Amino acid sequence: MATTTVNRGTTPSVATAPAPRGARMRSPYPYWFYLPTAVIYGTLFLLPTFAAFYFSLTRWSIFESKFIGFGNFISFFQEPALVKGLTNTLIYGVVTSGLKVVLGMLLAVLLTSRIVARGYLRSVVFFPVLLSGIGVGIMFQVLMNPDRGLINKSLALIGVDGPAWLTDPQLALLSVALVDVWKGVGLATLIYIAGIVSIPQEYFEAAKVDGAGPSSSFWHIILPLARPATVTVIILSLIGGLRSFDLIWATTRGGPGFSSDVIASVIYKQYQAGFYGLSTAGNVILFLLVTGIVLPLFWFLSRKEVDL
Amino acid sequence: MTAVTAPAPAVRHRKPRPNYVLSLLAIIVSFVIFVVPFLFMIVNALKTRQDASDLQFSWPAQVRFVENFQEVITSRDYMLIIAFINSAILTVASVAILVVLSAMVAYVLQRRRSRWNPLINFLVLSGLIMPPAVVPTIWVLQGLGLFRTMPGLILVEVAFGVSFCILLFRAFISSIPRDIDEAATIDGAGSVRLFFRVIFPLLRPVAITVIVVQAVNIFNDFQHPLYFLPGEPTVQLTVYNFSSQFSSQYNLLFMDILLITIPPLIMFLIFNRQIVAGMTAGGVKG
Repeated sequence: MATTTVNRGTTPSVATAPAPRGARMRSPYPYWFYLPTAVIYGTLFLLPTFAAFYFSLTRWSIFESKFIGFGNFISFFQEPALVKGLTNTLIYGVVTSGLKVVLGMLLAVLLTSRIVARGYLRSVVFFPVLLSGIGVGIMFQVLMNPDRGLINKSLALIGVDGPAWLTDPQLALLSVALVDVWKGVGLATLIYIAGIVSIPQEYFEAAKVDGAGPSSSFWHIILPLARPATVTVIILSLIGGLRSFDLIWATTRGGPGFSSDVIASVIYKQYQAGFYGLSTAGNVILFLLVTGIVLPLFWFLSRKEVDL
Repeated sequence: MTAVTAPAPAVRHRKPRPNYVLSLLAIIVSFVIFVVPFLFMIVNALKTRQDASDLQFSWPAQVRFVENFQEVITSRDYMLIIAFINSAILTVASVAILVVLSAMVAYVLQRRRSRWNPLINFLVLSGLIMPPAVVPTIWVLQGLGLFRTMPGLILVEVAFGVSFCILLFRAFISSIPRDIDEAATIDGAGSVRLFFRVIFPLLRPVAITVIVVQAVNIFNDFQHPLYFLPGEPTVQLTVYNFSSQFSSQYNLLFMDILLITIPPLIMFLIFNRQIVAGMTAGGVKG
């Protein structure tokens, strides 16, 4: 679904060519149906987005703004803590979406194979998707407690010395990423299940007749034909992962130090500190980052799909 | 997306027996990874304060459900009740507006070919991908006198959620034959009547999906209330505040999280299929 949208969006010539508009006096599909949405979306999404580009170039206190050129961006990139936020955002986005692709695919293959209790398994894997990031974050903050948390206690039972998870500066970001995967893998799994189920059974039967085992039908049938699902999972989890705020704020608040700060948490911290210009510069950077990664990727992935 | 009709894989006869070993393994592993954290939270929500501070995964020595429940509800002058009311207003109002407005847009967008369509499609997609600019939104809201107000937050949720709803509605509307529109027009229905009396009722299945998915999203939203409605509690903000206030009272903290998990849980139990349909839309080429 999303694929078709972009194709229309990026190739305007195709969509504009058959435009039999104005043929009749009054269309049964009036343009004013757009109006309420256009007003809300325009004032509360588009206007702030364009304004952000201007205000990111100012020293700003909501009431008055003073143009200072690229000062905010310069201070953003000179402050190691803020640059850390930028790299962390990239790491977080790549790690979460990578793990969701791999685990989601594996779980989906498992859940479409011949096993019992599929309904139970699907529900159990999917339910965390519906929980709030804050609730999950606080829950895992307790579970990942270095000495007393359930995770490390269980690891100790089998003789493994668990790491300090969220309180270890080296591991904090990855720990949050793992929690994010725990919460979000159910969605990836369901998207993959929908993709796998839509593959015609004849393909598997034909492959079986030709002597293909389970692994070669995975590599040669499921993987290529579930490509739209992969594209959706990658795009959705990248969009979510690069903007991620709730989970990080609930588990570490960017800490210890700045070790798990991401751009979204930097934006909030600078906002709280009253640096509105700098906060908005962070927003513009996030904005360019998300668009700069997701759009080309989307274009590339959906193009490949056409070639297949 | 319309092709999600699963070619019921269970009908084939010469199917070998299920793999019981793998099934058992999957059940155990999924239980440990996904169910145990919940059980941990539930048993600890029932404990006394001291009992819970050990963070043991054990059955409570005394079950203190009623006491803990009362204490969570009454703390900070019934803050949680107020938060639930606020969240309910926010969710119901935003979702109601979203459904009507996005269905209208999706309908005209799908039915009427015009040179504006590429632009509108682009804007819809932008709303889906681009992160909203936070402080400038506050600036706009302040200019309109809507900052720190519930209507302001509702409109913000609508603005940020409308893209997703339009995409779902548009995909569904494309499966409704145009003959219906023409028949209604010939019978003398105007455009408003045609949409609200004829088309809108047909959108019921996808509308349920939109309602459920958006309701869960908005109810769970933390970031936007935090920015645009500071001071007024919503449930997620309340839990967040409790987490610092109750940092040594895990029983109350967990009770609180369990209470705010109940609405999504109910949604899940009733609308399981619609949620899945909505969230996986786009996974199948169509």
